Amino acid sequence: MIGVTTRPSRTGLLAAVLALAQTVLGVAAGRAEDRPPFVFTGIPDQDESRLVERFGRVATYLEAKLGVPVRYIPVKNYPAAVTAFTNGQVQLAWFGGFTGVQARKAVPGAHAIAQGAEDASFKTYLIANARSGLTPSKDFPQAVAGKTFTFGARASTSGRLMPEHFIRQAFPGKTPEQVFSRVGFSGDHSRTIQLVVSGAFEVGAVDYTVWDLDTKAGKLDPSVVKVIWESPPYPDYQWTVRGDVEATYGAGFTERLRAALVGIEDPAILEPFGRSKFVPVTDAAYDPLIAVAKSTGLLD
Amino acid sequence: MSGPGRLAPHGPSAGYSAVSRWFAALALAALLAADLHVSSLQPWAELRRLLAGFVRADFPSVEAWSIVHTVAFAVLGVGIGAGAGFGLAIPFAHSRAVRGLCAALRSVHELFWALLLMQVFGLSATTGILALALPYAGICAKVYSEIIEEADLAALRVLPPGTGAVSAFAYARLPDVADKLRHYTLYRLECGLRATLVLGFIGLPTMGFHLESAFRQGRYGEAGALLLVFYVLIGTRRLWLRPLTLPFLAVASLLALPATVGSTAIGASLARFLEHDIVPAPLRGAALSDPDTWAQFGAWLRPILTDQVGPGILQTLMLAQVALVATALGSLVLFPLVSRRFAGRIGQPLGRVLLVTVRSTPEYMLAYVALLLLGPSMLPAILALSIHNAGIVGYLMGRHADDLPYRPDAPRGLNLYAYETVPRLYGQFLAYLLYRWEIILRESAILGMLGVATLGFHIDAAISELRLDVAVILIAATAAMTMAVDALSRALRRTLRIADLPTRLSRPLAPRTGA
Repeated sequence: MIGVTTRPSRTGLLAAVLALAQTVLGVAAGRAEDRPPFVFTGIPDQDESRLVERFGRVATYLEAKLGVPVRYIPVKNYPAAVTAFTNGQVQLAWFGGFTGVQARKAVPGAHAIAQGAEDASFKTYLIANARSGLTPSKDFPQAVAGKTFTFGARASTSGRLMPEHFIRQAFPGKTPEQVFSRVGFSGDHSRTIQLVVSGAFEVGAVDYTVWDLDTKAGKLDPSVVKVIWESPPYPDYQWTVRGDVEATYGAGFTERLRAALVGIEDPAILEPFGRSKFVPVTDAAYDPLIAVAKSTGLLD
Repeated sequence: MSGPGRLAPHGPSAGYSAVSRWFAALALAALLAADLHVSSLQPWAELRRLLAGFVRADFPSVEAWSIVHTVAFAVLGVGIGAGAGFGLAIPFAHSRAVRGLCAALRSVHELFWALLLMQVFGLSATTGILALALPYAGICAKVYSEIIEEADLAALRVLPPGTGAVSAFAYARLPDVADKLRHYTLYRLECGLRATLVLGFIGLPTMGFHLESAFRQGRYGEAGALLLVFYVLIGTRRLWLRPLTLPFLAVASLLALPATVGSTAIGASLARFLEHDIVPAPLRGAALSDPDTWAQFGAWLRPILTDQVGPGILQTLMLAQVALVATALGSLVLFPLVSRRFAGRIGQPLGRVLLVTVRSTPEYMLAYVALLLLGPSMLPAILALSIHNAGIVGYLMGRHADDLPYRPDAPRGLNLYAYETVPRLYGQFLAYLLYRWEIILRESAILGMLGVATLGFHIDAAISELRLDVAVILIAATAAMTMAVDALSRALRRTLRIADLPTRLSRPLAPRTGA
């Protein structure tokens, strides 16, 4: 008997719940249309407390400069950041070199507008646990062959794309899986450092700015982990904006946004980025990455 | 399948040992083929910090709203999933298409559902709820249908002729199965609470969001506090998760959902997703009547099959086989801890606390600690999966152990364990393991950090490279594998005549009169 009475009432409840959900979502959508906030995100490339700090300040700054409500939404992995950009939930994103390429390919009309002064010549460090016996060298260390190796996130430029490119250059005709005894993907640069420090992986590829920030903070013991190789320079992070912002926020919005970003002088905003300032940039600056991504098979 | 068949010539118990031996032998074979290299490491500094963080848990840092959101997502996701599952359960037994659909729904990990749904619904509550509801609909449909299938038909037979199908179902079948359905659904809610943790991976503000950040960044004090609060949330679920509180929880959950920042054009996103993103690249905008298109499609598909699907299936099955047998051994060791008969009045609650802790600790954390200790190989993955699942199966077994009617002069201790309890529970034990089999297959997906190239590892790669067409092929392969494993598990359960389904999760359902 219990079953007979509870089952229909629960189905009724479900219907009520769905109806209520529609109302709630509808109301939320209606509210959003009144004054669409300008939403941005950034790839979660490192320690999140730094991310919230850095993007929170950018949001406050942009809101004052642009005169529209500006919101930051945190995302937790690289494809989620690109997806939020692709489906129009965010209009602006702080992408890595490769995620920017992915995003602009998926969203016609989107353009890179500014990069950090340091991003024109970005670098990857190969780091190694001291017990691996690897020593620093100027040329690509061939001795890494056969070691265990971790990249950062799969779609990271400095943690995946470029190191993979340099590895393939150093070992022609071989994939990283064939060069190393094991290849992992730590997910971000901070974790790459932790895994190499603990020796779980002997060698790792890491964003040089993250390494330098950690070194400056005294978090790293040079007798445990050290840089064994510094890559040639390549273009990396940039701000990419969707083409449809002009229609929503008025003609010339892209230029005002670019000017606002380039005009950031407050060290409190720049310091958490590890950048000295932002400079204008165009999509063409990232063409070399497209070629590399195609040759490593990460892009069609 | 013809009756008990070859496996069980002398009743089910002979079949039990044959199946157990086969599983163990296959696991041993997989173990020999698997990469289990242990590296020499210096994990102690990191582990000391981790332990210190858990001892000095930083409770003020716990975001209270994240607890509310965790409950809200679980209640709504599982609620909608169970409702849809109930609807699908009715045609489940008769329709191959429905079974295929349900297998596909549940073979995809919640994390990948979330990433796929995000393409259309953005980073929103809808994405989070659907990411739970879709796989749970598949799981619930399967289990509900089996509950209904095995229900007692006596009441149905005495209905007057001409009774409508709905009335027959409502009055003759539902009363018999309602209790089981309720218990199973409440159990799924606990699973849903655990599953909300992975929603945090894409940025939805559940406890998983903060836990993953804190853990990843080495803020172990905060991670420890979050994890302890999560243990309490799971451990006390029977106090606040009851049929009576459900309506209140459902309404409160709806009101408590996080607001979506920004909005997406759902129609346009859906069209792009269906008409472009998941269409295999060589077929996009190509002439479908042109044989050249199909030649290109073949050239595109072949490496996916040979480099990813084939080896991926092999690795996944190997990992799952070893993890399953390790889960079996682990749960045999663990279950006496939660049985009053073995652990005693004082030991049992302590055992429960231990097992809640074990099963509520996310696999990725276990995997990370194992990775620190053992280095990258299949071993951390095996440990993470088997510890987590042994916690679940051990807990369920312990409850059954106390439900068994024992003779007053039953033996004690090891004799009772080896000669009475384990033999009597063995059918149930195998049933649970056969159910966990496909869950382990699915869970192996999120251990890509270890570099074990399971199917999930390749799905992760395809999604990272925004190759949703490849991801869909891999997901289809996973679904096919899950269906095959499911069919095998179903056939085995039938052959072994394991009638008891793992639905008796909270308490014995019916007094065993005269048993």
